[in-house]
Amino acid sequence: MSRLKDMLAAGEFVVTGEVAPPKGADVTAMRAAVELLAPHCHALNVTDNQGASLHLASLAASRLVLDMGIEPIFQQTCRDRNRLALQSDLLAAWSLGLENVLVVTGDDPRAGDHPNAKGVFDLDSTQLAEITRGMNEGHDMMDRPLAGATDFFIGAAMFPEAEPWDVQLARAEQKIEAGVRFFQTQAIFDMTRLERAVEALRPHGAKVIAGVLVLKSPRVIDFINERLAGLMVPDAIADRIRSADDPAEEAIVLATEQVREIRAIADGVHIMPLGLDAAVGRILGNNS
Amino acid sequence: MIITRPRDWERIEDNLASIGARSVFIMGCGQCATVAHTGGETEVAEVAARLEALGLEVTGWTVGEVTCHLGGTKRESRKHGGDIEAADAVLVLACGAGVQTVADSVTKPVFPGLESLFLGNVIRNGIFEERCLMCGECVLDKTAGICPVTTCPKGLLNGPCGGMWEGMCEVLTDRECTHVRIRRRLTEQHRAGKGTLAPKDFSKTLKPGGVNIRRQGGSR
Repeated sequence: MSRLKDMLAAGEFVVTGEVAPPKGADVTAMRAAVELLAPHCHALNVTDNQGASLHLASLAASRLVLDMGIEPIFQQTCRDRNRLALQSDLLAAWSLGLENVLVVTGDDPRAGDHPNAKGVFDLDSTQLAEITRGMNEGHDMMDRPLAGATDFFIGAAMFPEAEPWDVQLARAEQKIEAGVRFFQTQAIFDMTRLERAVEALRPHGAKVIAGVLVLKSPRVIDFINERLAGLMVPDAIADRIRSADDPAEEAIVLATEQVREIRAIADGVHIMPLGLDAAVGRILGNNS
Repeated sequence: MIITRPRDWERIEDNLASIGARSVFIMGCGQCATVAHTGGETEVAEVAARLEALGLEVTGWTVGEVTCHLGGTKRESRKHGGDIEAADAVLVLACGAGVQTVADSVTKPVFPGLESLFLGNVIRNGIFEERCLMCGECVLDKTAGICPVTTCPKGLLNGPCGGMWEGMCEVLTDRECTHVRIRRRLTEQHRAGKGTLAPKDFSKTLKPGGVNIRRQGGSR
């Protein structure tokens, strides 16, 4: 049974983190990241060719995380695989003991390190969620029976700060209808918009895990605003980090404040420390 | 119509050099390539001048009515049989369909002079946009007449994706997100629903495409 699912069902505030598989076969650095994050997190997302760039597969890396004693959230994008491969990887994931899956569209290949690649997008994330739910019910997307059903806890991404809100809300409701039970949000900077999202989605029984990004340097802010799709750092927050004597320290203080606020609003927090993994305990308000 | 662009000139030169061509016959197209300003009389004349500047002989040229029409192109080829016979190669300023039709109509080596891009709408003279991918299973009934398969860079049926920001597309950042447009128009027409569009049936995309209405008794 997914511990993440049980905790959310019990109304406990969950903490999720994120590890990125390496570009290469050496998992030493990833192991080190897991060791730093594991004591503070209930589950760790394992990204799937993040940034549309080549990395070790999320499937194998998720299993590695599981073997290290912490529950992974296996991320699957629709960019690199067609419906046969997606379903077969879901079966593989279940057989490997991976119980949480986060289905996402995926960045366009043109944003990554193989810009000449064909973006597959045979399915979109809603369709993939629906198919995953079908596999939980024991059949493939063609309604043919599976020899052994899965029982994934299905999650998806959510973007409380990306306007127009009516489109975002409709999209999230569509995902819930497709079988999504938890959302992990893009980084939150405006808590009123997070509140708006949680209030709208809770009645549907969906859990919301709010994203916190540690804006460790002015360079990170520039990168987000110029290069990262679907996210902008508001001026007031950007100025606060930029004008700080020690931007990294200020970013940790800011993230700590955000986590405190999120505890009162959402069902959990998803922490993206951008390398400041050692500060995660402090950000979460743990005395470790 | 089929939108084309001129093929990189170096590739054309390389193609002709690969068979040691000294003389060339040029064929344009009176339909799409004329409207796209890539294979009409003006462009054929420009290419002829360019080839001559390289020291190649242009034995003749023509702009057929519809180059992808096999019967018409065969007739056109017969009409210019002598000039084509005198050439080492035929350079075609038409889409890939036109190039293949010419290749089926003459015995000389045939080379493409254009790159074929997409089925395009003519927004204004010289401004073309892709609106239809010819997927074989139209969803425009459900998407307020805006095709997500074609106009969303990821081709998502259900969207927007996570890259949308302030209503704008992640990939083509100067364009409004297709799914935002669809939702707005559906809402304006009081038919915005909650349903998810089902995965596309790619078996409907005939590849290679072929239709024979004669075999269907001439009926549509």
